[in-house]
Formats: sequence, structure tokens, C-alpha cells
Amino acid sequence: MADGRSWSYNRGVNKSKSTQMCRNTTFFCLTVSLPAPPQATCVQYRLVVRDVNTLQILHLYTCLDQIVHMEWSSDSLFILCAMYKRGLVQVWSLEQPDWYCKIDEGSIGLVSSRWSPDGRHILNTTEFHLRVTVWSLCTKAVSYIKYPKACQKGIDFSRDGCYMALAERRDCRDYVSVFVCDDWHLLRHFETETQDLAGVEWSPNGCVLAVWDSCLEYKVLLYSLDGRLLSTFSAYEWSLGIKSLAWSPSSQFLAIGSYDGKVRILNHITWKKVTEFDHPASINNTKAVVYKEVERKPVVGSADLSIQQHITMGSTLFNTQSKYEICPLPVQVPVVKPDLDRANPKVGVSSMAFSSDNRYLATKNDNMACVVWVWDMQRLGLLAVLEQTSAVRCFQWDPRRPRLALCTGNAKLYLWSPAGCVSVQVPAEGGFQVQSVTWHCSGDSLILLGKEQLCLCYMEVGEEEEEDDDVK
Amino acid sequence: MPESSLEIKDTSCSSSRYRMSSLRQYSQSSVLPLPMTRNPYTMPTISAFCTEDNVSECISYINREVSSLGFPLLCTESNNGPELNLVAVLNNVYNLLQLHRRCLQTVEDIEVEQVKSNSNMDYLQLSNTRLKDQLELSKRENTGLLERERQLQLKVKSLHNCLKNEKEEVQKLQSIIASRATQYNHDMKRKEREFGKLKERLNQLLIDKKDKKQTFEVLNYVGRSDGKRSLWKTGKTEARHEGEMYKTLLNDYDSRHKDLLMENAELKKVLQQMKRDMVTILSPRKPSQSGEKHDDSLEQTSSEEDEVCDSSRESLELSCEHAREQLTNSIRQQWRRLKSHVERLDSQASLVGERANMNAIPKEVHEEEMDRLKLEIQQYKDFIHTQQQLLQQQLNSPCDDETASLLNDCYMQEEKERLKEDWKSFEEKRKNFEAERRNFTEAAIRLSHERKAFEEDRATWLKHQFLNLTPFGDQMKPQMSKSQSALSGWAESEVRPMSTPAKLNKSLSHTAFSTSRASPAKTPSTADLYRTHRLIPEKSPSTIHPKQDSSILRNDDVPAQLRHVNGGANCRAYTFTGDRIGSI
Repeated sequence: MADGRSWSYNRGVNKSKSTQMCRNTTFFCLTVSLPAPPQATCVQYRLVVRDVNTLQILHLYTCLDQIVHMEWSSDSLFILCAMYKRGLVQVWSLEQPDWYCKIDEGSIGLVSSRWSPDGRHILNTTEFHLRVTVWSLCTKAVSYIKYPKACQKGIDFSRDGCYMALAERRDCRDYVSVFVCDDWHLLRHFETETQDLAGVEWSPNGCVLAVWDSCLEYKVLLYSLDGRLLSTFSAYEWSLGIKSLAWSPSSQFLAIGSYDGKVRILNHITWKKVTEFDHPASINNTKAVVYKEVERKPVVGSADLSIQQHITMGSTLFNTQSKYEICPLPVQVPVVKPDLDRANPKVGVSSMAFSSDNRYLATKNDNMACVVWVWDMQRLGLLAVLEQTSAVRCFQWDPRRPRLALCTGNAKLYLWSPAGCVSVQVPAEGGFQVQSVTWHCSGDSLILLGKEQLCLCYMEVGEEEEEDDDVK
Repeated sequence: MPESSLEIKDTSCSSSRYRMSSLRQYSQSSVLPLPMTRNPYTMPTISAFCTEDNVSECISYINREVSSLGFPLLCTESNNGPELNLVAVLNNVYNLLQLHRRCLQTVEDIEVEQVKSNSNMDYLQLSNTRLKDQLELSKRENTGLLERERQLQLKVKSLHNCLKNEKEEVQKLQSIIASRATQYNHDMKRKEREFGKLKERLNQLLIDKKDKKQTFEVLNYVGRSDGKRSLWKTGKTEARHEGEMYKTLLNDYDSRHKDLLMENAELKKVLQQMKRDMVTILSPRKPSQSGEKHDDSLEQTSSEEDEVCDSSRESLELSCEHAREQLTNSIRQQWRRLKSHVERLDSQASLVGERANMNAIPKEVHEEEMDRLKLEIQQYKDFIHTQQQLLQQQLNSPCDDETASLLNDCYMQEEKERLKEDWKSFEEKRKNFEAERRNFTEAAIRLSHERKAFEEDRATWLKHQFLNLTPFGDQMKPQMSKSQSALSGWAESEVRPMSTPAKLNKSLSHTAFSTSRASPAKTPSTADLYRTHRLIPEKSPSTIHPKQDSSILRNDDVPAQLRHVNGGANCRAYTFTGDRIGSI
């Protein structure tokens, strides 16, 4: 990749209480707002809003308790901060720093809070999933939706923000309610033919709703917006079923990842299986390129190393260089034998993501935790395999270009594009471990989240300059 | 015994033809042994029967006896008593002798027969016992197989039982799983219901509870993101929502329809292009395949359809239903034609070789062509000849030096050309010969190797034999020496003819091999050599088992013979190669 990268990283070290450092992970939330450049960071009680380009602080808000969850509204005018323990939600405005909003759910409790797509309503799910409360910032109106189902993905909004699908459970049967987000009018309410519904997801064009059953049964139901059952798909019986599901951005394909380590692709016309991607332990596909990460340990004196180890508290990987090598076929992929006697075994395809141009699909099979597979959706075949030295934590596609970023919990960022594969050392001091990566909506920058720090990576085409910008 | 019987048979055969001449032979060969055999019985009686005193009684007795036996009387009644008729006596004696001979012969025959039948019986008994043994053996095998079958059947039965058990087990387990699943589902439902009730209760309680209610504090309300004011909920809104929903759905279907239409159009285009290509590919073939009527009719129909299609092509885009059918039909037809055509081509390609031989017409044409060409060649030859003659005339006639030299050059050139050709053919021959020579040397080397191996074999074998046969050394030695001498004699005779072809080869002529002189000398000699070499093993096993019967010995010979055949071949080849190498 020819992209030059410039770096800035934010040391989110606790300023108030050094004793709570170890708990920082939960307090450290971050999102990049969609249309506007600001970037928000929250550190314990405080919410810091910075400019994404200059990293200057724009706003600073103080909440009542430690922030557990933070979310930008769709128009980037408001920020929602949830404190689940207290059952509190605080909303801040960027336009009017004095404006505030506080929602207290009271003794009924709070487990999840989110914005509605219009950015004027807040949906709070109470403890035990007793109900969903919809608060309006416009009219102060409160609506309740009863019987929400506690499952993998019980609520989904359509991409255009018009409709919300909600999974419900009453009288031991599953139902789906489709609401119009505009005025929370119940548009459709229908029973689904599922044993134990696990999730609902709208197709990106908002016309088809995919409903899937829990892992005990392999079943995908496809409903039209008006509640008609379009099709049912079941690949096999008895064995553990669906683990993940993903729509292609064009709504043309529906990828279903299951516990048997396969991804099945359905088409949008007949809703039949187009193809099946297996994740074999030995790769013989001559059309695939296998990139293997190889570490190069720097020559360091033992005393130096021990000091560093003291400093980094056992993060041994931070100083190693690594690069990708193309392996000659056939390649044996390291496979972890899962403990099948325990619940939620580490097998099957757990995460899948389509690139923004629909061309590629990235998948990860849980019993091959170090490997990310990239499939070509035009050829419907394997294109590339990235074999990392450690388990892959997260991967995300560039929202604009066919470019995949992934992290494995060390001080490196890995990028894949059809042109090749690169491993980039994060120029941070101490044991910076990238836990997750998030692209800016423009695809120009990338946020790397560590446990106590964050790092912003700017993708600048054509520039070879690397800039290390420390921000306090 | 068999010897004598055989002799008698021979003589009896001959006696039928040359009765008189063989009389002497009888007296020599067959009568002589008789007294020897009959001696103990006949001699005393003869001495006691007739004496000087009782001649007349004897005569009368014999006369009586003879007459009673139906022979002519010995005596004729004359005046002075019975008179011995010598002729009659002799006749009688001869007759008796004949009878006796015949009897003997029949006895011999019978004996031979008996011996034969005895040996036959022995053989039959032997074979009988052998067959009995075989029967026993096969019976035993049969019982063994039966036993095995029984065991296998038992095994199968047990496996069947196992399978049945397993199936039952599976069924049981399945039923257990099913019952457990239903139980589990039931319990789940019960629990969920309870859970629902609890939730309800909790909800109620929390709502009723006054101390910590839900609160919502907002500084001031914010406007909607779209800037509009929210609308009242009325019956209209529902209709509006429905309408919007259907609008989005319709839009989606519209876009999909458009996509499909576009795809369809593309595919149609491709189909049409394909069809056009097919037509262009197939149409020039038409005249050439006019012979095949079935095809013709098909083409006609399709061409008709083509026209129809062409006429309707403009409206194709509009009335897709009809046009599509036509298009697909015509495409299908064209495709079928193309397929059949390709198949035919395939079959033609496969039959090309056969057809070249089979086709009578091309052959005739070919012959005609050949004749024509021959005629032409003849013409040209004549032409050349006349030219040559003319040139000769010119040469003979006085002419200037230039033309003479030119002519000379021409002739030289011609000569050179001819020589070159000769040289070429000579070279070719030489090459062939070289290749042949190489083959021979290779074969010779191989054979020499084999011979060496055989020699070693023989040496070890001889040693073995020698060690085994020290007690019978005196018996063996003459035979050995004899066989060796025989071998050496044959080897000499072998080497001589073999050298002749080699010598011929040296003279660089291919025909040497096919000359009548070389080939007969070669073939019988090798055969003879084999035979001679067989002599060695034929005798040698007898030295190993000197006490055994000759018949058994003969049987034992066979492998040894075969071995020595190889040896003989080796020997021959060796001498040959020796010569060859010498020549090279």
C-alpha cells in the first residue's frame, strides 16, 4: 500500500484518579460522528469533543457518573451518554453547550440506550427487557413498547431511518413489530415461524427483513416490509446453526455464517443459495494468495529488554517488527480444537463484513482465530487469506474504498487491499495495544483504540511523511 | 517278452503276404524258441510214445486221432495193410504246425492283450487312486469351505443382530431425545410464562412505586431534524404510512424490474448475436451437405423461421412474449443443427483414416492420376532422350570449343549428380548396415552375459553333481566324455557356418544375409546345436540317479534340456560375436 500515514495518538490517561486505571476499558468510549469532523472521547465522568483533524478540544462536558456508553446522534448535533448503573442518560448539544437533557429511568433500570435514526428520540431498554421507552426530545412525549425480546439483535433500524423492526416475545411465541420511526406508529405486527428468534436485520434498501433463529436451529426467514414471508432458508438440521449474518451493501447478497465454519450466500431474487464458502484448514485454492505475518525480533540487550518489560507490564509484542510473506500453497492454517462440551464453543463464522463496493467479503472463523479470509464476490471464490501471529480482535472495511483494517491486540495495524497487504507499527510509547479499529466516514482516517490510549491514523495518499503528534 | 511279441507280430504281418518265403524265417525265429519252452513237457512223452516196436500202433493211433480231428487220413488201405501216406502225413504235420503256430500266436496276442490290459488296469488303478485322493482332497476342501461359510453366516447373523440392536438403540435414543426436547420445551414455556407474569408484576409494581419515578429533564425542546412540526395522529396518518410503505416497496420492485429488464435485454442481445453467428457459420455449409435430406429439410424450416424472425425483429423489443419464444426456438434449432454438425464433423474426423481406404472413387481417381503422371513422365523421358540425341549429334558434329566445353560441363554436372545420388544411396545403405551391426553387437553382448551366467550355473551344477556321484564315478565317466566330445564336434561344425555370414557382412553388402548360401547354413545348424547340447543333460541326470528307471529319467530330463537349449544358444552367439568383433 502506497499510502503514507501520519499518526496522532491520544493518551487517555486518567487525570482524576490514578487508582482506577485498571478499569479504564469500560470508561473509554469513542465514536466518530458521521457528517461532521468532531471526535468525542470520554474519560470517566468527562466527555471531551475534539476536532478530528487538529485534535483540539472543542467541548468538554461533565456527566453525573462514569460513562458506560456514548453515541452521536445521526446529525452530529447531540451526544448521548449512558450510565447504566444509575439508570441515567445525559444528552449534550454541540450547538448549545448550555443545553442539557437528563433522563432518569428510575428503579426500573436501564440496560441499553440508543438514538433513533432521526436523532430526536432516545430508545431505552429497561432491565429484564420489560419494555422499551421512547423519549422524544421534541415533545417530551414518552412511549412504551412492551414485550421486547432479549436477544442477539432485537432492534434494527432501516438504513434510511424510516422503519424500525423490533423482535418481541409474548406467550412463548416470537413476533416482529415494524414501526414507522417518524411517529412510532405500529405499521406491521406479525408472528414469525421461529423457535427462538435471535435477531432481525433490514436489508440496506430497507425492503427485506432477515430474521434468524437461535443457534439451535438453522433457519433464516425473509420478510417483506409489508410482513409477507418471502422465503425460508435452512442449510441443515440438528447441528448448531447460524452464528452471524450480513447483508451486502447492494442488498444483493445475504451472507450467513454458521457454526459449521461455512458462509452461505443467498441471492436476492430467488433467495436460494448461490454459493458456499468453506474455511478449510489446508488451503489448496490456487487462486488465493496467502499472506502470513512474520515477526522479526529486534536485537535488544537483555537488561534493556527487562526494563522495557517492566515498563510495559508484560506486553512483549510492542517492539517487534513484522511483515507479510506470501506463502506457497498448500498452506496449513492453525486450527484451535474447540471444547465442544461447553456452551458457545469457539467454532463457526462469527464475523463477516462486505466491502463498501460489494466486491469483497471478509470473514473470520472462530476456531482459526488468527486468520481473516477475504472472498471475491464477483468470482465467488477465495481471494486472500491473512494469517496473523495472534488472534484477530476486529476488522473493518474502509467506508469508501476496498480496504480492510484489522487489529490483533498488539501495537500494529494491518491493512489489506487488492494490491497487497501491509503491517504498520503504531508509533506510540509504552505498550499500546490496539483493541479495536474504527474508520472515519470519509475513509481518510482511522481510530485505533487501546486500553488507555487512542491513536488516530491518517491515510494520506501520496505523502510519505509520518508525524507523531502527542496530545494531552 | 514285449520284444518277442512284437517280432512275431511283424512276421505274421509279413507272412500273410509272403507265405512261402517266410517259411524259412519261421523255422529260424519262432520254431527255435519252442523246444526251449516246451522242453520240460514234450521231451519225455515223445520218447515214450513211439518205439521201434509199436510203429504200426502209433500210426493207427495217430491216424485215428487225426481223422477224429478232421484231418485227412495218414494211411491208405492197400493190399498189404495200411500204408503210410507220406504226403498226407507231411500235410497233416504242416497243418498241425500251422495250427500250433496260430494257437501260439493267439496265445501271444492274448498275452500281449493281457499285459496291455494289465498295464491299463494298473494305470486305471493308479488314476483311480489319484482321483480318489483328489476326491478326498476336494471333499476336505468342500467341508472346509462349508465350515467357513457356516462361520461367515454366523458372523453375518451376529452382525445383523448387532445392527438390529444398534437400530433399536438409535430409535430408543431418538425417542429419548424427542421426549426430552418436548419436556424441555414444555418446561421452557412454563418458565417463560412465569417469567412473563413476573415481568408484568414487576412492571406494575414499578409503575405504582412512588419513590423513584422516571424523570425527564430538558432545558428546552429541540426542533425536529427535518425542521417540520410533528403531525397529529389521525386515521389519515395510518393511511399515509401504508402508502409510503407501499411506495418504497414499489420503488424497490421497480428498480429490480428495471435491472431485470436490462439484464434480459443484454441476454437477448447475446442470444441474437449468437444466433447470427450460428447462421453465418452454418449457411455456407448448405450446398456442400445437400446430399443429406433430413438436414436439408431442417434448414429449410429454420431458414423460413429466420425470415419470420427477421420480419418480427423490430417488434421484438415490444412484444417480448411472442418474439422471445420464436427467438429461443430458432436458437434452439440452430443450436441443434450446430451440434449435429459438430458431431458429424467429429465422426468424420474419426472415420477419415478408414474412409481413405474404403472409398473406391478416390482410389480410382488416384490411379487415373497415377497413370496420367506416368504417361507424362514417359513423355518427358522421351523428350529428354531426343534432346540428348540432338546434343550428341551436335557434339559429334564439328563445333567450336565453347560449346564443347559447355557440353562437357553439362555432362560432368550430370555425372556428378548421378554420383551424388549414388553416394547418397550408398550412405543410406551404410547407415542401415551400421544400425544393424549395432543391434547385433548388442544382442551378442547380452547373449555373452547370459552365457557366462549359464556357464557359472553349469559349473556349480557340475560340481554339485560330481560331489554327489563319487560312488558311481566309473559309470558316469564314459558318458561324460562322450557328451563332451559330441559337444565339441558340434561346436566345431557350428562355428564354421556361422563365420560365413560374418565374412559376408564384412563385404558391406546387405544382401549377404538373404543369400541362399548363408541362410540355410545358419538355421539348421542352430537347431542341430540345440539338439547336441541337449545331449549333455540327457545323460547327466542319469549320473545323478543311476539306479532309477529309464522312463523316469526321461521325464526328469525336460527342465535340464530347456536349460541347455539356452546354453546352446549362448554358445552359438558367443562364437558369432567373437567373429563379429574380430571383423570390426
